Amino acid sequence: MVDRVVDFSALLVVWPVLIPILAAAVTACLWAWPTAQRAVGIASLVLLLGASLVLVWTVASEGVVAKQFGNWAAPFGISFVADPLSAAMVAISGLLAFAVGIFALADIRPRQERAGFHPLFLGLIAGVNGAFLTGDIFNLYVWFEVMLIATLGLLVINRGKAQLDGALKYAVLNLFGTILFLIAVALLYGATGTLNMAHLARILPGMEMSPGLTASALLFLAAFGIKAGVFPLFFWLPASYHTAPIAIAAIFAGLLTKVGVYAAFRVFTLLFEMEGGFMREIVAVVAALTMITGVLGAAIQWNVRRILSFHIISQIGYMLMGLAIATPVAIAGAVFYIIHHIIVKANLFLLAGAIHRAAGTDDLRKAGGLLKSHPWLAVLFLIPALSLAGLPPLSGFWAKFLVIDASLRVEAWWLAAVALVVGALTLFSMSKIWMEAFWKKPVLVRATPRTVPAAFLIPIALLGAVTLGIGLFADPFIEYARVATAALVDPAQYIAEVLPTLQPASPTGLAEIIENKGAVQ
Amino acid sequence: MQSVVLTAVARIFFTIILTGSVWILLRGHNEPGGGFIGGLFGAAAFATLALALGVETARRALLLHPVVLMGIGLFVAFASGVPGLITDASFLTHQWGSLAGIKLGTTIAFDLGVYFVVVGGVLSFMFRLFAEDAR
Amino acid sequence: MTLVYALTIAAYMGCGLYMMLSRHAVRMILGLALLTNGAIFLIFFAGRMGATSPPVIPRGIDALAADAANALPQALALTAIVIGFALTAFAAVLALQTYRALGTLDVREMRAAESLGAPDAPSSGRVKSDG
Repeated sequence: MVDRVVDFSALLVVWPVLIPILAAAVTACLWAWPTAQRAVGIASLVLLLGASLVLVWTVASEGVVAKQFGNWAAPFGISFVADPLSAAMVAISGLLAFAVGIFALADIRPRQERAGFHPLFLGLIAGVNGAFLTGDIFNLYVWFEVMLIATLGLLVINRGKAQLDGALKYAVLNLFGTILFLIAVALLYGATGTLNMAHLARILPGMEMSPGLTASALLFLAAFGIKAGVFPLFFWLPASYHTAPIAIAAIFAGLLTKVGVYAAFRVFTLLFEMEGGFMREIVAVVAALTMITGVLGAAIQWNVRRILSFHIISQIGYMLMGLAIATPVAIAGAVFYIIHHIIVKANLFLLAGAIHRAAGTDDLRKAGGLLKSHPWLAVLFLIPALSLAGLPPLSGFWAKFLVIDASLRVEAWWLAAVALVVGALTLFSMSKIWMEAFWKKPVLVRATPRTVPAAFLIPIALLGAVTLGIGLFADPFIEYARVATAALVDPAQYIAEVLPTLQPASPTGLAEIIENKGAVQ
Repeated sequence: MQSVVLTAVARIFFTIILTGSVWILLRGHNEPGGGFIGGLFGAAAFATLALALGVETARRALLLHPVVLMGIGLFVAFASGVPGLITDASFLTHQWGSLAGIKLGTTIAFDLGVYFVVVGGVLSFMFRLFAEDAR
Repeated sequence: MTLVYALTIAAYMGCGLYMMLSRHAVRMILGLALLTNGAIFLIFFAGRMGATSPPVIPRGIDALAADAANALPQALALTAIVIGFALTAFAAVLALQTYRALGTLDVREMRAAESLGAPDAPSSGRVKSDG
């Protein structure tokens, strides 16, 4: 009956999405048995990590991998494409999901599990991986919405007053962002007649920037800006991230804003050009303001989670700085920065949970003395904290170095100055946490120190080891970032993988109308 | 809701609307209809039952927890894409066959999955709204 | 005709945006629903919908009629409608739960998330630290 063995390797680029969806379905079916949900969840995260690593290995050795759904040839069907940047993002998100999954074993309470933590968590991971891998701009919108629904479900999993309030603000602002995204997609479709990113990359360079296309580009920037949390659009982030349980806050901090940054990179390198025109100035100014407001907002806070939430915003500015400068060196630096920051930021949030468990409070003014009672925790805290501030030889140093070096090469002195000052202020925030939580004498002395569960320390140590690894052996990672940048700047292989023939077989529908009669403005 | 008329006809309406929703589901491939709108009608059937006779009756009529129904639907929709792996090494390539003169394909499985997901999803928050309203 | 469509969609979205600026949570959600529908109208309009026949191949014929409608914007619009429905439903339930928990639907009075761990909240029991 089955005369062909099921070829699992052909679906390599699709497994990072299929595994979490299947696991979400199974955990939803196992609604009445939380232990079974936990087992299925961890097993699927292990499988996902394995599939992501195999994908990165394949892309690193063979180049861009593409797959069409339903065997419909592009541009009629939906494509999933893994170029070096997508594969790296999928691998990092797989690692992060695995680490947070282990952390959640000790952090998520039964009541939260009954409210549906596991299906929502796996749905979120599926949405994130889908957004990274898709090669169709409307499919990107769909994955953004999957992420949004899962995020909203996770935000209100505790149903307290602060959670509901934060979730309402998050929902309204992010819904508005996705509506902007939808309008941008509609305008782009109206101007070009296709939704496939490779096909758009082939068509758009030959078209002049009509008002419709300009509006579309700016709306994309606004929509991804809301998602990533850039300067005037980030206010949903400090309103909601600190209300969620730590495991959920860690996965949010690590992944959600980076999906927005990734989408901005994809659209503004593959579809629209950052070179000539006004986009560079806008993005550069926005990046600088993002860096400054984020770090100044963090400087005043005393709650560990609020400090870290504002730092997410500040670091997003560094990544956008790389996009604004748009030279290959800058984009390589920004890609390296994204990879470094996902791990460090999630690790810091997990550490905030460990500090809460060890000190009994999130308020730095009431904590203290953790260096004496939990020395290992102090060491594990120093690794991501100093990496975030940019101290050598940790990964943050290389990331900041690459980005600032790129800005100096194009003689954007003000941007480099802003980046350096913000780096110093980041160090101030991290040392504030260190001094208040670890160094100073405890406010209320306890006879025996509180225990921090092993399930907390294992993922923190794992992510810290990865940070150390990236910092000490930075060369292969920087080389990979250069390869990814080369694929971004010159997407010829991307287009060739998705659209093998020089022209689509028979343009249909709108594309034909436009090619024959010219685009309607 | 305390209304004799509604209580009396609720079960009849439930059967009619549920049958209608399955009909809409099945006709969806070549004519207006499909899994999504069929699911909405199915949820409306259970909502009528909940409105007239109480949430507990509707929950028992549903037989499963709404989230379990969503999980089953997602699994069925996922499974409809798997046969494509065998024939074409591509997910979601739909297979077609003929049974007693009627064309059948994996698309009906996909639509059925969508139906279950919509019914489960709408009812999962609708039951909670009704229950809180009754308190 | 293009101008009439464009102005209509713009007016529709303007109403949605105006409602979003309100203090009342339910009006904000209704404004979002209007904006979503406006975006869906824009998808139709960008797909050049006109007086054409449905994109269905009739029995016995092999290819689509020459003046059949463009099927892709219809698929995009259906997806967007489903997503908008799910998100609006969730937002409505969220507003209801918020009202039950916080007692108010005026967003200016909802300060529960901002006061959680705020820097200006009084920290009780603070002993002077010696550094």
